[in-house]
Amino acid sequence: MSEEKKVIVELNENPEYIINMGPQHPSTHGVLRFEVSLQGEMVKHLIPHCGYVHRGIEKMCESLTYPQVIHLTDRLDYLSAHMNNEAVSLCVENALEIEVPERVKYIRSILSELNRIASHQLWWSAFGMDLGGLTCFFYGLRDREKILDIFEESFGSRLLHSFIVPGGLMHDIHPNFKKGITDFIKYFRKKLPEYNRFLTGNVIFQARTKGLGILSKEDAINYGITGPSGRASGFSCDIRKVEPYSAYPYVDFKEILYNEGDTFYRYVARMDEMVESMNILEQLIDKMPDGNEYTSKMKPVIKLPEGEYYQRVETARGELGVYIVSDGNKTPYRLKLRTPNFSNLFIMNKLASGYKIADLVAISGSLDLVIPDIDR
Amino acid sequence: MGYQRYDLAPLTHSIDLFLYNHLPATWAFIAEMTIIGVVFLIFYAVIGLYLVLAERKVCAFMQNRIGPNRVGWFGVIQTIADLFKLLMKELITIRKADKFLFNLAPFIVIIASFLGLAAIPFAMGLHAIDFNIGIFYIMAVSSVGVVGVLLAGWSSNNKYSLIGAMRSGAQIVSYELSVGLSLLVIAIYSGSLQLSTIVESQADAWWIIKGHIPAIIAFIVFITAGTAETNRGPFDLAEAESELTAGFHTEYSGIKFAFFFLAEYMNMFLIASVAATVFWGGWMPLHIPGCEGFNNAMDFIPPICWYFGKTAIVILIMMWFKWTFPRLRIDQLLTLEWKYLLPINLVNIIVVALIVLMGWYIK
Amino acid sequence: MEQEQLKEKIIALLPEAEFNVNKQYLDINVPSDKMHAFVKLLKESDDLKLDYLFCLSGVDWKTHFTIVYHLTSTFFGHSLVLKVKTTGRENPEVASVADIYATAEFHEREVYDLMGIKFSDHPDLRRLFLDETFIEGFPLRKDYKDEINIIER
Repeated sequence: MSEEKKVIVELNENPEYIINMGPQHPSTHGVLRFEVSLQGEMVKHLIPHCGYVHRGIEKMCESLTYPQVIHLTDRLDYLSAHMNNEAVSLCVENALEIEVPERVKYIRSILSELNRIASHQLWWSAFGMDLGGLTCFFYGLRDREKILDIFEESFGSRLLHSFIVPGGLMHDIHPNFKKGITDFIKYFRKKLPEYNRFLTGNVIFQARTKGLGILSKEDAINYGITGPSGRASGFSCDIRKVEPYSAYPYVDFKEILYNEGDTFYRYVARMDEMVESMNILEQLIDKMPDGNEYTSKMKPVIKLPEGEYYQRVETARGELGVYIVSDGNKTPYRLKLRTPNFSNLFIMNKLASGYKIADLVAISGSLDLVIPDIDR
Repeated sequence: MGYQRYDLAPLTHSIDLFLYNHLPATWAFIAEMTIIGVVFLIFYAVIGLYLVLAERKVCAFMQNRIGPNRVGWFGVIQTIADLFKLLMKELITIRKADKFLFNLAPFIVIIASFLGLAAIPFAMGLHAIDFNIGIFYIMAVSSVGVVGVLLAGWSSNNKYSLIGAMRSGAQIVSYELSVGLSLLVIAIYSGSLQLSTIVESQADAWWIIKGHIPAIIAFIVFITAGTAETNRGPFDLAEAESELTAGFHTEYSGIKFAFFFLAEYMNMFLIASVAATVFWGGWMPLHIPGCEGFNNAMDFIPPICWYFGKTAIVILIMMWFKWTFPRLRIDQLLTLEWKYLLPINLVNIIVVALIVLMGWYIK
Repeated sequence: MEQEQLKEKIIALLPEAEFNVNKQYLDINVPSDKMHAFVKLLKESDDLKLDYLFCLSGVDWKTHFTIVYHLTSTFFGHSLVLKVKTTGRENPEVASVADIYATAEFHEREVYDLMGIKFSDHPDLRRLFLDETFIEGFPLRKDYKDEINIIER
């Protein structure tokens, strides 16, 4: 049989039209591959393939000391670098039973919230672009730049900071830090309505997202969908509320919860979270103690006592868990990272099957996947 | 009328006469055709390139950017530089593609967009051919482009391209109806399909003013359907870059890609031209019935400026669409056409027929 | 629920559970043959309702492996850590909990991929990150050797 005939016979036997979305595809936001079976425009089912940026971070951590591990955690979810650093730092501090200065706690929470806003801004930009509204991308990045400028001023880096270390912070913040944030909040409160005018209220946008990819609360819990995606389904999973850490016990904020669980409400949950983050930031800035202590006394070589330690932290995308098994050495015996995107990814098949290929893009955009976080 | 002082017909006639006096009839005919061909090719290239630049500038303006400003003053020769870049790029041939159709497709698309230009009156007495079925001709030739798109999607042996081509096919076949029916409204008003007659019929006022509500509805429908027919703006499903990477032209590179790219802009120009000619009076200056002084003042502006000004405004509206709206989904796209635009259009035509019968429009 | 209360309930459910020292969570060892039934019970019992598996990890203890399940209840807020030991290093096998917690399916695939622990009755046990053709062992095991990429210290 000639090759062409063979293909035709195969197609007759198996009429699925399989396309590979990725590893290089504009809407997978990284090197992720969806093997999508189509029937016309309809997605029959899809299989996610990951591992294209698997770097073996967990294995690498086993031969690195705890301060060195911090620099690898940046590279997980690069859009919430501060939260990742904080997770490992908190875990180490809990193990050593070190109490960090109050000021450090406040700064850590401020950084987390800033990082969360920056991450959601980038998500908003990319989500708009997924749906074909290219202009969103520039609006989102314009405002994200303001946060990155604050970061750059204080830490010299814009994306991967490695600023939060076990025991406190790498060094003190820049004197303009507080003012920069107050200015940013004032600026962004004016700009956020622009976002809503641009996408939220748009007829086409609402038609593209409402009632799409509905995730029930049971499924969210069962699949471990955390972060804004889970909270849009009514799964109360905000670690800042469930197991408060750093300065979150000192501030008053509400957890964004919706019960609809569709793509539109996953979007709304993130938009509301940006507002809520600004509220938290304002409170933290007001309450932040003065002074210049940025670290507690740490031994030059950090050795964790034998045992197991677990720390949960809320990143911009959900729950990050750090599980450290220590045998008393200066390197962890085993370090497991439970990353939010890893769990969030595998709901894709359930959410997207039965919808059109354009909806698949919208749904995967609304889950806000960051691929290095999945692959680790 | 005052605008007749800019009539270019004597000029074209004198060229015609000159050629026929100095050459045998056959050669004169060939020479004439060649001149028209060369002029239109240059015009096509210039308009295409500068529309690309205009889009980049408009898009930059809407996105808080500056846009191209390095090559030439305000980037005026940026797209020419891009063209040379595309000319020098490798033409990638795909082993399993249907080579003949693959190479043929961009030419079909670009020829379809080129043919439409022939019937457009750019100024008084300045058109290649004044068909008595001008509107019909433009619609007919511009819809040939979809054959090229379908061929491109099919022959490149790429699954994304095929989905893009199928989408494009469904889209253009549907929206062709709305384009035609909305133009029919003005055809009923003016009682002609000839573009020059339609323009002349707007000497007292433009149809969008004279025809009041039905004409405005028809214009909105036409602009929506026209944007869809050019695969642009919120209707760019055929090349939806976030879903299908680049849709039907995923596998094209170099100048073949540039053909698709240029054809898209020329289709936009064509749609804008037709919109300007049919609804906004084409090269006809702005006339308000009764205000003689104002009308005379308007007549001093050459018709070609009126034509390009109006076209530019319509093009700007279409660019505005593209950079504001998210993309529609294929089922929403077809719903919009079959459930909304088409019924509105059909009702509109009946209303127009009634209005014309009763003479309820401004004469 | 306080840890003490939780402890009592666990003992009532599974008398042979061993309790480990853990400051943070209640930490129990479960025999591998009773594991699947016990986890099902934990999820479905009305006063425990441990319905959210937030972490599943494998640890290589050189003589054996342990699989660690971090469970929490979204109703009551109490958490529990389960540990299951495998017998030896050769061909370790544990019952899969993918039918109880959907998220476990992929966490288990990851553990299988990187540690080589087999999960019986898993719906789709394949490599997740590494290539199907990767045959040089399981990288997260302590005895994994890769002279090119891993520098011993």
